[in-house]
Amino acid sequence: MPEQQTSVGIELDGVTKRYTGQREPAVDSFTMTINPGETTIFVGPSGCGKTTTMRMINRLIEPSAGRITIGGDDALSLNPDDLRRRIGYAIQQAGLFPHLTVAQNVAVVPGLLKWDKKRINARVEEMLSLVGLEPSEFLHRFPRQLSGGQQQRVGVARALAADPPVLLMDEPFGAVDPITRGNLQDELMRLQSELRKTIVFVTHDFGEAVKLGDRIAVLGDRSRILQYDTPEAILANPADDTVAGFVGAGASLKQLTLLRVRDIELGQTVTATEDESPATVRQRIEADGRKFALVLDGRGRPLRWVHARQLGGDSLAGTGAPVGDLVSSQSTLQDALEAILTEGGDAVVTGTRGEYIGTVQLDTVVGKIRELREEHQS
Amino acid sequence: MVYATVCGVDLWEFVTDRWPRLAAEAYQHASVVIQCTIIAAIIGIGVGIAVYRSPLGSTIATALASTILTIPSFALLGLLIPFVGLGVAPTVTALVLYALLPIVRNTIVGLGGVDAAVTDAARGIGMNRVRVLTLVELRLAWPAILAGMRVSTQMLMGIAAIAAYAKGPGLGTEIFSGLNRAGAANATNQALAGTIGIVLMALVIDGLYLVIARLTTSRGIRA
Repeated sequence: MPEQQTSVGIELDGVTKRYTGQREPAVDSFTMTINPGETTIFVGPSGCGKTTTMRMINRLIEPSAGRITIGGDDALSLNPDDLRRRIGYAIQQAGLFPHLTVAQNVAVVPGLLKWDKKRINARVEEMLSLVGLEPSEFLHRFPRQLSGGQQQRVGVARALAADPPVLLMDEPFGAVDPITRGNLQDELMRLQSELRKTIVFVTHDFGEAVKLGDRIAVLGDRSRILQYDTPEAILANPADDTVAGFVGAGASLKQLTLLRVRDIELGQTVTATEDESPATVRQRIEADGRKFALVLDGRGRPLRWVHARQLGGDSLAGTGAPVGDLVSSQSTLQDALEAILTEGGDAVVTGTRGEYIGTVQLDTVVGKIRELREEHQS
Repeated sequence: MVYATVCGVDLWEFVTDRWPRLAAEAYQHASVVIQCTIIAAIIGIGVGIAVYRSPLGSTIATALASTILTIPSFALLGLLIPFVGLGVAPTVTALVLYALLPIVRNTIVGLGGVDAAVTDAARGIGMNRVRVLTLVELRLAWPAILAGMRVSTQMLMGIAAIAAYAKGPGLGTEIFSGLNRAGAANATNQALAGTIGIVLMALVIDGLYLVIARLTTSRGIRA
């Protein structure tokens, strides 16, 4: 029974960090409103002050000037330890306590908050299941007996154990291999769709920012905000050359990962069933001004593409080339584009039972990108 | 029993004859060494905690403890007598001083070796300084601290023998008395009994340290 916490926003107002002996402040008058229940990504080059800015939110670094409020409470007037128990914290190397078991690691914050033992045990199991680790298998393991990806999962479970409304994540997936990183990102997105925490996530990987962020703050030197907007808007219309450089080549391709097949209008093609005569199918293809027809099975599932030239025989059975890559309405437009390029023609879209529901054409994809760019330019 | 026959009387016979007295001295010897190690551990760990975050403080503490170790034990005991008198007091003072170096040094090394990511996470999830120290840093540094205590104990087993010079307790009494009476009946046996007794006890206590290390170190950080 987690404490029900409603989402809280974070306000930073003129937050500045000066280190003695340095002329320039590390973070210079940073002002930002972080929306409740959203994932906000701080992205920027190494040394730009993004981590320093994040660490001022839970006061691991004390601001030299400025105000920070979390859900309306003045963070700078609270006891820092109490403040931190209300803010989840996950870092790159996971930082698990090596002398404690997985269960003891996850139980630390509820323990500090003096939850009773039964509630802590139940919560620990719940958290491990939440991050995709089977409790019976992992509860009594020590961190050194886990892979890097599993350690990160435990790190996230520990950060979320006391159900804090805010979660700070400092390059949490920076030290794992690319495949594990992709999985962990997917898991985080799934978790966040259930939990709707206010997440502040620091990374230097713009691709990761686009994938995970509801909003992205692109930061420059001394944590200056170069652009703070949705990933779509930043990709479609970078604020200046520095942001454009950081977004990097392939902004349009990255944009495709943000769009789903369900966001665009599906095309249709000529379809045929296996028991139809080739002659009537050819007639329909020609009437439609096309060259191909899609052969479906008895339940409407796509089987093969046949070319008009191949329709000379007595039966459709066995003619044509099998359909390779299929996409669903949940697939990203990047997947659809991949299928178009692999197939050398339209990508076939199937519904929940595998039945044909339409096609994606290259022109539609190109048109959608153009449309987005125009939308964000205005 | 020819092999151990020295000066006409066999060592084994000597030990069995004087067993009650030797056993009491052995007990005192072990007892003073263990107690001094514990006192030194409390002081040494405290000093280590006080200085480990400051490179300068660590250097000074280690240098100071090293300097103490270079004073010949015989001289230190002798120099203490005018101040604290004879018997237990100079013995304990000298032993505690000698035991400090390994413990201070290993505490500093152990605490300094704790992964920064771990302490950062500990603070980040809301542990205060005392909790970070007691629940995380000291637990992780414990194997190193214990190793320092083990070295100190081994060292003290030998040094404690010299405490007999200041009328301190322990098997050193036998050694001194034996050496003073060199050539007399049983003189060599007496010195040998004391020496061998110390060596045997040192081995037993070393074994105990292994057991303690195993029982008090988390499986998660055991080598």
